[in-house]
Amino acid sequence: MRDVAIIGIGQTPVGEHWEVALRDLAAQAVQAALVDARIERPQMLFVGNMLAPMLSNQQNLGALVADHAGLRGIEAYKVEAACASGAAAVRMAYLAVAGGACDVALACGVEKMTDGGPDQATTALASAADALYEAEHGLSFVAINALLMQRYMHEFGWRHEDFAPFAINAHQNAATNPNAMFPRPITREQYVRARPVAEPITLLDASGMGDGAAAVVLASAELAASLGGPLVRVAASAAATDSVAVHDRQEPLFLQGMHTSAQRAYAEAGIAPADLDFFELHDAFTIMSALSLEACGFAPRGRGVALALDGAITRQGRLPICTLGGLKARGHPVGASGVYQIVEAVLQLRGQAGPNQLPGCRLGMAQSIGGSGANVITHILERVS
Amino acid sequence: MSIPSYWRSRQQRLALVGEVCPTCESKLFPPHDICPHCGGPAKTRFAFCGRGTVYSFSQVNAAPGGYEAYAPYVVALIALDEGPLLTAQLTDVSPDAVYIGMPVEMVTRQMRQDGEQGLVHYSYKFRPLLERVQS
Repeated sequence: MRDVAIIGIGQTPVGEHWEVALRDLAAQAVQAALVDARIERPQMLFVGNMLAPMLSNQQNLGALVADHAGLRGIEAYKVEAACASGAAAVRMAYLAVAGGACDVALACGVEKMTDGGPDQATTALASAADALYEAEHGLSFVAINALLMQRYMHEFGWRHEDFAPFAINAHQNAATNPNAMFPRPITREQYVRARPVAEPITLLDASGMGDGAAAVVLASAELAASLGGPLVRVAASAAATDSVAVHDRQEPLFLQGMHTSAQRAYAEAGIAPADLDFFELHDAFTIMSALSLEACGFAPRGRGVALALDGAITRQGRLPICTLGGLKARGHPVGASGVYQIVEAVLQLRGQAGPNQLPGCRLGMAQSIGGSGANVITHILERVS
Repeated sequence: MSIPSYWRSRQQRLALVGEVCPTCESKLFPPHDICPHCGGPAKTRFAFCGRGTVYSFSQVNAAPGGYEAYAPYVVALIALDEGPLLTAQLTDVSPDAVYIGMPVEMVTRQMRQDGEQGLVHYSYKFRPLLERVQS
């Protein structure tokens, strides 16, 4: 395997793009990434998407996006790993370049949540769970996360309001991100008073669903060096799975697939968790933030919430998370979110994160979760000076 | 769920039939055919007794398609007496009365109906364990 670098990034704002079709939204991100990379044509395209078959009656996204992004003729596929589809597309592009199948590959995550109504979206999202033994019993995807949060609070003695710093931090960081869906701060009082969706999860524990597309161009490190420009190396690309259903896990409150995915990434990059300057984690729900910090080795079991209460997760803290708003407040265009995380990590490492810039950062991690911990894809990126 | 899928899983849904691994003796529900604990083949049928305790619970207010008419309802992870966890709805209980550790037992209930002419889905739900009276 050879070294791979990210040479181009592109994104659309996350929100309700009523006037733009899925194909055109993807094309905007792809074109932006190609312009940024100063490349006209990648050799392969991987499209990350989860819901288009259900909300837009559209499969065959590899060819569709290639055509509408002006890349007709190239090899292209859709990659699906539920909410981690975007990160999976990035990993496929990474493998294509690292393995020598091509020198330049493009990964694009796209989701068009507003092509279905909120009820349709709720039903479609539940397909990330076990259709026969979770969804069939009337569980929404939110409800599955609520079961984890309820048990976590019971086992470790936290109150609901203790999770507030995760949501407050995300909204604070989104406030200065021009691509965020909810660019405004929230208060602790707003968090405490928010309407329940599936107890104990309220509206302000859950990420906001929106339309969005993001894209990254990956190239061999050799080619990247010859092009000049800011260089961000993929120090690790790793993934692992767990059971799809929560009830099939020995210890539901420890995300084993995530732990394995992170450990593989640390080993590949030759680093320890403490070496990371920031962590773009998958905060689909506040409980997932806590469980992520624990499974990835930043906090002992049951103590992820304490890290948030201590202020460690803010941009001034020792482990900033969700530095441009995260899934919670940048918005969660499901199959695109994994690519947004990579785009944001690259912005930080290039020093292009504007008011949200972390001074002097060199090493960042982005991690995306498919389902409630079933498929976890971890990337570690490094600024090369 | 389609009619073939419903028919195929009738033993699980109506009688809580799972599997037991002949190698490591793990009880499996839902059935896996290959034991997730030891990796050996596990196709020996095993009927669970239907009793357990609430491991966690939540109330669904915004229900997925097909379940809107039943919302709000309580869902739970149940720790079965024989070991495994399963996901199910609770029934015959006020949401405020549910607590982690509550003893429950399996009952067969209607889950939903696919319209006036469609399939009526039945499956397991769990209710608070009824006290047995000596006769």
